[in-house]
Amino acid sequence: MSILINEKTRVITQGITGKSGMFHTQLSHEYAPCFVGGVTPGKGGTTTCNLPVFDTVKEAKERTGCNATMIFVPPPFAADAILEAIAAEIELIVCITEGIPVLDMVPVKKALENRKTKSRLIGPNCPGVITPGACKIGIMPGYIHKKGHVGIVSKSGTLTYESVWQTSQAGLGQSSCIGIGGDPIIGSTFIDILALFEEDPQTEAIVLIGEIGGDAEIKAAQFIKDHVRKPVCAFIAGQSAPEGKRMGHAGAIISGGKGTAAEKIDALRAAGVAVSISPAEIGSTLLQKMR
Amino acid sequence: MNIHEYQAKQLFLLNQVPVPKGFLASSPIEAEFAYRRLKSPVSVVKAQIHAGGRGKVGGVKLVKSPEECFQVATEMLGRTLVTHQTGPQGKQVHHVYVESGSDIAKEYYLALLLDRETAGVALMFSQAGGMDIEEVAEKTPEKLITLQIDPTLGLKPHVLRSLAHLAQLPEGETQHLLSIVEKLYRMFLKYDFSLLEINPLIVTKKGDMLALDGKMSFDDNALYRHPEIETMRDLKEEDDREIEASKLGLSYIGLDGNIGCMVNGAGLAMATMDIIKYSGGFPANFLDVGGGATEEMVKHAFRIILQDVKVKAIFVNIFGGIMRCDTIAKGIIGASRELKLHVPLIVRLEGTNVEEGRKMLQASGLNILAADDMADGARKAVAAAKG
Repeated sequence: MSILINEKTRVITQGITGKSGMFHTQLSHEYAPCFVGGVTPGKGGTTTCNLPVFDTVKEAKERTGCNATMIFVPPPFAADAILEAIAAEIELIVCITEGIPVLDMVPVKKALENRKTKSRLIGPNCPGVITPGACKIGIMPGYIHKKGHVGIVSKSGTLTYESVWQTSQAGLGQSSCIGIGGDPIIGSTFIDILALFEEDPQTEAIVLIGEIGGDAEIKAAQFIKDHVRKPVCAFIAGQSAPEGKRMGHAGAIISGGKGTAAEKIDALRAAGVAVSISPAEIGSTLLQKMR
Repeated sequence: MNIHEYQAKQLFLLNQVPVPKGFLASSPIEAEFAYRRLKSPVSVVKAQIHAGGRGKVGGVKLVKSPEECFQVATEMLGRTLVTHQTGPQGKQVHHVYVESGSDIAKEYYLALLLDRETAGVALMFSQAGGMDIEEVAEKTPEKLITLQIDPTLGLKPHVLRSLAHLAQLPEGETQHLLSIVEKLYRMFLKYDFSLLEINPLIVTKKGDMLALDGKMSFDDNALYRHPEIETMRDLKEEDDREIEASKLGLSYIGLDGNIGCMVNGAGLAMATMDIIKYSGGFPANFLDVGGGATEEMVKHAFRIILQDVKVKAIFVNIFGGIMRCDTIAKGIIGASRELKLHVPLIVRLEGTNVEEGRKMLQASGLNILAADDMADGARKAVAAAKG
């Protein structure tokens, strides 16, 4: 078992003919042959990465039976690409694109909150989702992962790789790794993913990687306290970040003294989470917590 | 991106939100004639800098004659103001805004902001205007009215009725307030704001409602579709290195330490700063070279880091996903040769194409300290910076 994706997942890439879309479809498909096609408006009928390209997501779904999509569409058009995937009732939408205007994400979020929707969104501005050895939808380097029992959920791309690396080094391996993205408005939150990991029999422990800005980690802490029985280890990036500066990610900013790493670390600790203060000790902190 | 007060007021005016009359001046004589044109016996001269707290350090002054206006502008222009928001180096005043004085009867607070939680727009109103809103929210939360607007539905009449009901203002004021809220909401969507604040929103003794000061924050991701806003950017108000970096698609923020950092990914870049501190050192900067960096961009990144004379060592921490380690290695080698690197360089590479990257660095013959992992790299960087 795993969460969200496995070896049976059938994936398409929206924006497959672009440079990044093509490169990462190739790498992901080489990692695990889950890709069945792609979409680029106007390029229907052609072939990219040995996969058929369609003009619309609906057509791609009808012809390939895909149930997941990886989005590499440029920022001005990305929100609409997500809406198209929701309209086509794709179950899992993973949006890698960084730099989508925040207001464009508002109708997307509302469409996802519609009770009749069949879709779940991961991202945007995220590295994607991987179930080691089974399916990779995203830009993470595949070889660092190892099949195992740790579930990883993270706001940051490269820090997810770091945690994967450390848990692999510690001999633990991962059940699934989910990058939820660093934007102010994202599809799935820490809580959504924590709930899935708590239910998943393969997952024995959870790593949560947060950062400064907003209060998602504080809400996650409350959820862990109330609903999560599995051991959780966390790291919060930005302990040394100055106030009022946007640290790369659109959402990573301390404003009015709120959203600091310290308050998040306190909340997580109060919920029984093992917080690693050094980003190099995530793996060892988790191992200790599991013992 | 931030803009000046006078620019915010131009935007308010353009969108029919009432503001006091005023003129921009960059010399004392211009300020004097601004005063004469205003025909207002009491006017205010305001220093135009990108920072709050001007009033407390002499950046806002009342004037009552053209001569006095000339005098005050002479003192203010060219001065460097240090407020709690400017940092110790302060900000130099290049322009002043001369504005009609207002007969203030009451001060309110009104703001629209993008609410991450509800994925909507939050409307906030308080009768305790003029104060820091964080302070109001903390000390007297009951005075702060917050209503949610769903942008997919628009600003519906029931939201305005709720505001009127909760605010409990005199009849005439309610009409003014609702009309300003409608205009503000249209502006919010039109320009992709993340925060649009009027503080204070004043009621004059005559009963008019005016935006006396405003704070506007734009969503940087949406600036591409607002060229008119981008032209308002004042580069003099920003850190030179941050500007240069953003032009090149790099995300750079200068800090006070002596260990230059070059990292890919915002999260890892923050974590790298954290681990340097944890290891007993101080980061000189935040620098995210991003996912799609080219060899050229890596060189630029080095150039920007080295412009900081405080830098005693550079720590490159790369975990390649989109970013390939061989690209980084090429950039590092090129930059070290071109810039004749004079400080110790510590490199930690992991991820996509890591073997090629490591081999290239080894074969380069450059003096590079290779790190096994992040902790090892941080330790080596801290030791190198101490000399």
